[in-house]
This record gives sequence, structure tokens and C-alpha cells, in this order.
Amino acid sequence: MTRPRPRTHESESETRNPTGGGATAMRLIVPLQGVVQGRGGLILGSLIPCALFYFFQLYLKRHRSPKPGSNPTSPSQSSSNLSDLQRSSSRSNLSSRGSIGPVQVSSRASSIAKPNDSPYYIGLDRVSEDPYDRLDNPNGIIQLGLSENRLCFDLIEKWLSENTKDSVMGRDGGDLSISGIAPYQPSDGLMEFKVAMAGFMSQVMGRAVSFDPSQMVLTAGATPALEILCFCLADPGNAFLVPAPYYPGFDRDMRWRTGVELIPVHCRSTDNFIISITALDQAFNQTRKRGIKVRGILISNPSNPVGNLLPRETLHNLLDFAREKNIHIVSDEIFAGSMYGSEEFVSMAEILDMEDIDKNRIHIVYGLSKDLALPGFRVGVIYSFNESVLIAAKKLTRFSSISAPTQRLLISMVSDMRFIQEYIETNKKRIREMHDLFVEGLKQLGIKCAQSCAGLYCWADMSGLISSYSEKGELELWDKLLNIAKINVTPGSACHCIEPGWFRCCFTTLSQEDVVIVIERIRKVAETCKISS
Amino acid sequence: MAIEIEQHSVGLSKVAVSETHGEDSPYFAGWKAYDENPYDELNNPSGVIQLGLAENQVSFDLLEAFLETHSEASSWGKGASGFRENALFQDYHGLLSFRKAMASFMEQIRGGRAKFDPERVVLTAGATAANELLTFILADPGDALLVPTPYYPAFDRDLRWRTGVKIVPIHCDSSNNFQITPQVLEAAYSEAEAMNIKVRGVLIANPSNPLGATIQRSVLEEIFDFVTRKNIHLVSDEIYSGSVFSSSEFISIAEILEARQYKNSERVHIVYSLSKDLGLPGFRVGTIYSYNDKVVTTARRMSSFTLISSQTQHLLASMLSNKEFTENYIKTNRERLRKRYNMIIEGLRSAGIECLKGNAGLFCWMNLSPLLEKPTREGELALWNSMLHEVKLNISPGSSCHCSEPGWFRVCFANMSEQTLEVALKRIHNFMEKERELESKARLVKDF
Repeated sequence: MTRPRPRTHESESETRNPTGGGATAMRLIVPLQGVVQGRGGLILGSLIPCALFYFFQLYLKRHRSPKPGSNPTSPSQSSSNLSDLQRSSSRSNLSSRGSIGPVQVSSRASSIAKPNDSPYYIGLDRVSEDPYDRLDNPNGIIQLGLSENRLCFDLIEKWLSENTKDSVMGRDGGDLSISGIAPYQPSDGLMEFKVAMAGFMSQVMGRAVSFDPSQMVLTAGATPALEILCFCLADPGNAFLVPAPYYPGFDRDMRWRTGVELIPVHCRSTDNFIISITALDQAFNQTRKRGIKVRGILISNPSNPVGNLLPRETLHNLLDFAREKNIHIVSDEIFAGSMYGSEEFVSMAEILDMEDIDKNRIHIVYGLSKDLALPGFRVGVIYSFNESVLIAAKKLTRFSSISAPTQRLLISMVSDMRFIQEYIETNKKRIREMHDLFVEGLKQLGIKCAQSCAGLYCWADMSGLISSYSEKGELELWDKLLNIAKINVTPGSACHCIEPGWFRCCFTTLSQEDVVIVIERIRKVAETCKISS
Repeated sequence: MAIEIEQHSVGLSKVAVSETHGEDSPYFAGWKAYDENPYDELNNPSGVIQLGLAENQVSFDLLEAFLETHSEASSWGKGASGFRENALFQDYHGLLSFRKAMASFMEQIRGGRAKFDPERVVLTAGATAANELLTFILADPGDALLVPTPYYPAFDRDLRWRTGVKIVPIHCDSSNNFQITPQVLEAAYSEAEAMNIKVRGVLIANPSNPLGATIQRSVLEEIFDFVTRKNIHLVSDEIYSGSVFSSSEFISIAEILEARQYKNSERVHIVYSLSKDLGLPGFRVGTIYSYNDKVVTTARRMSSFTLISSQTQHLLASMLSNKEFTENYIKTNRERLRKRYNMIIEGLRSAGIECLKGNAGLFCWMNLSPLLEKPTREGELALWNSMLHEVKLNISPGSSCHCSEPGWFRVCFANMSEQTLEVALKRIHNFMEKERELESKARLVKDF
């Protein structure tokens, strides 16, 4: 579930962030790795190119960042004239006489300020630099790295035009009264909206379970929902176990400011990437041996990037495991309403309904960014069975509240059960059509996908196309796909997948014609891979 | 069959259980009392009147009038792409049109005396988030920010809770109208040093909350020189900049920087929001304006935890880029606030209460120290309690703002109707009369 990172849209204001350079560097590094590896072994083979990569980045950064003190009204326009930059650089050196270098930011900030080095983010950036457009830029990069759903906007637009007379404020024509929504609202969301969301969640999850609005805390998107839970459940230095492969954004969202560690628990294709309790137990013990306290398990169900569901039995086993170790479970269920297969989604809440004991360790995260395709509106949910967590989380929502007019607009949409039912069914149908088309296209190329029934993507096994069965080989292929085939897919290594060659391909931003083009582009690259292997 | 073993309940983090949220302080207790028994002109005329909430309700009609006459502001535009583009837009750069509108609005508030570049505007869901974000970026856990007292009570939570950063107070007092001087700045810095705490910056609110007064140019210059000497940051929370009663009296740090050709400006960051000036706290619109490129980049990325709804950005972009509207709004809002201010000052004065001379904000800083039984924090809280439970007025005690002198109270005047304010003033009048009677009786007894 890519909470799509607009980090993709870093435009010229971020050119000092050498993302373009990143891709070039990868093209240098990856073959370089091969050379050095041959001579210096695996470790040196990885270290030296990485060191070179780092220095290359540093070089790019130094020669692009405008100096502080230079014209502040347009600080982020990187000068096309290199000598201008050099001149202002020396000027600032003169002016900073007496001070001990420029004023420092925190070490937390320094680590974030570094350029994105994960292929996940690099790919997103590349697309924003050269985005495909059927008419205006047919040779641009096609985006398959962002799990956005563009298939059902027509339904929402129709609802809006019939119900709000086109008003952004969601009012019926005349009464644009601001005074209802302008003042301070409860930071954790309007009760009316919570009631609506509780009903919505129940509906999208097939009515197998009902949600209590008083156990809900609303946040500006699922991203802060996860971070707030992290702040509530773990201290800096503690860890969460996360079945891998997992959504690359977790590394940022859950670790940046919280100081918490994520420990991947590797899942195997032979299990269709379903977590095994044995592996979980091993990871728990290993982590404890390192002196790190495990506070909980973070699962995503439906899974991102694989797109499958955790079976009932697994959910029960996870619950038992959590009880045994006295830890929490955070279940990210943000794709619960994006099911396209015949299986039924089982929420953690449903399991708890049956168990009726010890619910204090269970917390569910949800949001409208995927199922209702409204990521811009920032609607996230923390649903917890733990009173203390709800109290603390509620206070923390002051930093991440949902805008009142947005709540107002969505209350009626989300409570319109007839509309939501129509939406869910149509959405399911359209995702399935796109999925089948895409997966069939890949199959024609000899590329199989993991069994999936939910999400906005498929998990494709392209290991047959990589020259060496390793992360290096996978990244080589990723690079070819990005720069030659000009499609952005997310390599498994960015998701911490232990088996090389898997790629997540999001298909719900495409039209049917686009799918044909994508498959064709992959075919061309696949052919060259087969020749060279 | 599982063996039942007694388990300790599953643990929570230190952040979750800490008291740093400060919600047990009198500042919040007053809110609770109000929530339980809120004043209503018709239905509950003896209820508690809320004078502790700094909200601006005097200019809603202007906003509503705009929306009624500018339907294009409140629609997504013709054609399919308007809505869906907006609904998909979660770019942490924020809508360019909105950033431009914010930058131009901020310029207008400052009478065009400072320029703002939309590329330096970082959007957050409220100034609360902006202040916390900046703290995460400028300081590490255990470091400190220096903040002049008295200060906005929620800073204790916003700047410290999740960040692990400390606040070291810069003690100001009434002898010079609570102004910040180089001496008190140095004293605070030394105090931090003595405790082995690394100071990362100074955070000021200009106009000040709770003082309701702008900071003078010379003082701003001194503060800027101080932070430059110490090579630390300066955060200027200018959330009330549009609520200065007279335009010429507000000097923004941006003007100081411009006058100095932006030398050393990379240490300065301005926080702004639409919650006070535009009276839209429910919309959750805040911004960080930083002169430091690294801070801008980092703040942008970190803003993913606190993005403004794209729908809201879209709606406000058209409102704020309409220069005719914003000019009229700023001017009218100022006048109405000034009128309210004069009303409350007069009312208090005729009751025998003096306030600090203010020129901005949604509140005044009232001096009730002559009424204290004991010139201590306890004395102040006792008085506050009487005000809350006997007079049924929720005002904010200076101690919750960390004021070094007991007896000062913050009283808000823009979050209710004029009639309600009249009622509140009358209650204060009656209270003061009673106090005077009691006092003269006590003196008679003593004289005997």
C-alpha cells in the first residue's frame, strides 16, 4: 500500500537532490560492483561502489546547493551558471567570519535531508521528471510504482454533482455557512465523521464486523496514524517485527522521528509470502539477543506489496504469539476495500469478536487513500481496543488533524450506503479487469505473479530475467526497466524481500491501452535479458 | 488447552504515559469547567463564559460573503480533471497556487514591507504541527529552546512532548512591560549552560501570546544579534500578525532580515497559520517559512505526517489570492478587533482593573495582583478558582503561561458576541465591587 509519496513530484526546486544523478550512478555502480566483486569478494564488491556512490552524491550535492545568504527570494532555483554558484560560495565564506560554520540542524533532520537512495523513491522521482503522457510525452516513463486507484473517479464525481451541487464545501447550494466548520473542532475528528467512518469500514469489510466510533481516532492520513501508534506503543530503540516484503514507506514513517527499529521477518514464495510463526519466533529471539526490546508486530492485511490476505488461522496464531510475548499487533488494513478476488477479507477486529479476551494489544489502521481513492484529502483512522492508547493518541492528533471542511464533505458521501455499495462492487470489478489484463500480459512474457486478490498491484516474479540471482541482478533489471523500458516498478529489495527478482507493479493508474504499451516495453527488455543470460 | 498465566497488561511507551501533554494544568481545567456548564444567552445565562479561548469569531461574515459571491472558489472547476487531480494530490510541496496565495497574504499583512517566496513556504496541518516540526528539525532530544515568559501554555506540549526537547524560560517581567532584553537572553542561555543543556534556538511569539503586544524593532534587532552571536536558530511565531490593531505597529523578523540583505538569515524560521487571523482553526492550515534551504527540504518531507487536505488548499487558494478580498478583510478584521479591545479595556478600567498596554491579538493581559491574598502562585490559583467557580468566568492564569510574577491573567475577547462580552464585563464589575466592599469592611475592622 504505497502511501504514494509525493516525493515523486520533486521538481526543479529539488534539483540539488541528485535524483537524476542517482539513476546515472546506479548505471555506473552496478557494473562496477560486478567488476570489483570479481576481485575483492562480495563485501568489497558492495562497499567500494557504495563508497564511490556516496562520494558521487556528495560531489553532486556540493556543486548544486545554493549557498545560504544568497538571494533568498529564489533560493531553490539551481543556477544554470556554475560559476555563479562558486562565486556566492566564496562570498558566504567571507561573511561567516567569527561564526563556527553555518548554524546546525538536529541529527534527526540531517539524516532526513540526505537524498533518497532507495530505488522506490528514485523511481518515483524519475517519473516526475519525465512522466508518460499518451499525447504529449509518449516516450516518457510510465508509472507503476504508485499504488493509486484512478479507476472509479467517475462514480465519485457523479455523486458529488448529484449531492453537493459541485461545491467544494459539500453544501447543498446556498448555505455556505462557515461558522459551523471554522472553529476549533475536536482534534481527533468530528463524532459525526467517526460514526460515518465506522459504518464505512464495516461496509467495505463485508459487514462481518462492526466498528465502535468511540474506539476511533481520526488523523490526517494513515501515515500519521501509524506514526502516532508507534509513539504510543514503543520507546526509541525498541523494535517492531514486520513480515517482509513490506511497504517501503514503513521505513520512513515508522522510524524517522520515533527512533523505533523495524525488524524484517522474511516470508517465502513457497508460503505465498504468508508469515510463518516459526520465522516470527526466530526473529523475536534474535532481536532480544541483541538487547533490543520488541514492542509489537506490524502486519499489513491485505498485504502490500504481495496483495494477498492473511488467512484466519494465521491471524489467530499471530494473536496467540502476541499474547505469549505480551506485545502489540498493529494491523494496517488500508486495502480492505480494494478486494478483487473471491476470497473474503477477515479483519483483526473480526478475530477479536470471537476471542473476547485481551484485546488491549490490538490496533487497526485504516484510511480513505486507497479504497476511496482520496489520498489528497488526508483521512486516516486509528482503531484501538486499548483505552489508554486511545487517550494518548487522541491528544497526539493535535499535530495531524483532518481539515473540518473535508470531514463535512465526506460525512454524507461515506454514509451513503447505497452509493458505497455500488462503488465497492464497481471498484472490485474494474480492479479485477485491470489485474487480469495485466497479469495475463505478463504471463505471455513468461512472468508469473504471486497469488493475490487485493490491492492495486501485482507481485511479479521476474527472476527469470535477471542475470545473477542476487540483489545486484535485481537492481540491474530494475534499472533496465526504468531507463530502457521506461517503466517504474518497485524492486523487491526496496521492500526487504529476501528472494531476488520480485517486482511490485501497480496497475490501477493505467488505462487498458497503457497496459498493452507497458507489456510491450517489458517484452523488449525481456528479450535482451534472455539473449544476454 | 492453554494454561492461564497471569499477564501484566501490555505496556505503552513513555510518550504515551507521560504528563508532558500538560492537560492536567489549570489552563485545561478551566476548559473542562466551561464544557460542563457553558454560558448561553438564552438557555444558560448563568453558565461559565469562555474567556480562555483565543479564537477569532468577529469576521466570519466576510468569509461567508466571499464564498457566496465567488462560487468558482468553492468548486473544482469544469471538467473531470479538477476534482480527481485535487483528490489525488498529496504532494508534500503543497498546491503551488495555495503556496503563492499564502506568500502573498503574508506580504499583505506586513504592508508589503517584506517579500515571501512561495518556494520557501512549507505547509502543515496547523501552526501546532509547524512548531513541533521545527523543533524536531532544529534540536535533538535533550537540547533546549529558549522561550520568553509568559508564553502560550501549549508550547510545553507542542515543543517538548514527542521531541524530547526542553524549554528554558527567558524570564521577563512587568518592570519593562515584559520586554525581552539582551540581559535576560544571556541569563537564560547561561542557565541552560549551567545545566549542561545545549541551546539550539530562541522561539518568540510576535505578536506575543499572552501579552497581546508586538515586539519592538530594536528588541527584534537585539534578539537577532543574540542568536547570530550564539550561532543558534530563531523561530518567530507570527500567528497573530494579521491581528495587529494598527498595521504600522507590527514589525516582522522578515523586515529586519530584508533590511540586512538577508545576512545570517539561514537561522531564521517563521511560523504562520490561518487559525487566528482568518478565524479558521478547524481548517488546519499552518506554515513554516524558512530562510534555510535544508530546513525547507527537511520540513517538507516531514510534513507528510501533517499535510493539509488538498480540498482545503484548493478552497483557500482562490480566497487568499483575491487581493481585493484580502485587503478588505485584513483592514476590517483589524478595526473590529481594535474595537473589541477598546471595549474590554474600558470595561476593565471602569471596574478598577489595569491591563498591559496591548496592540494585537485576541486577548488582553490583565493585572489582578492587587487582589491576591498572597503574592504567590497559590494566591493566583485561588483567585483563578474564584473567578471560575463564583464569577463563572474562565480566564487563563499567568502561572500556566509560566509568568514569573503572580496575579496576571489572559482574557480573550474575540471568541464571543459583543453581548456576551458585556455580560462578562458586568460580572467582573460586580466582582470587583464586592471585593472592594470586603476590603473596606476588613479595614474598618482592623482600624477598630
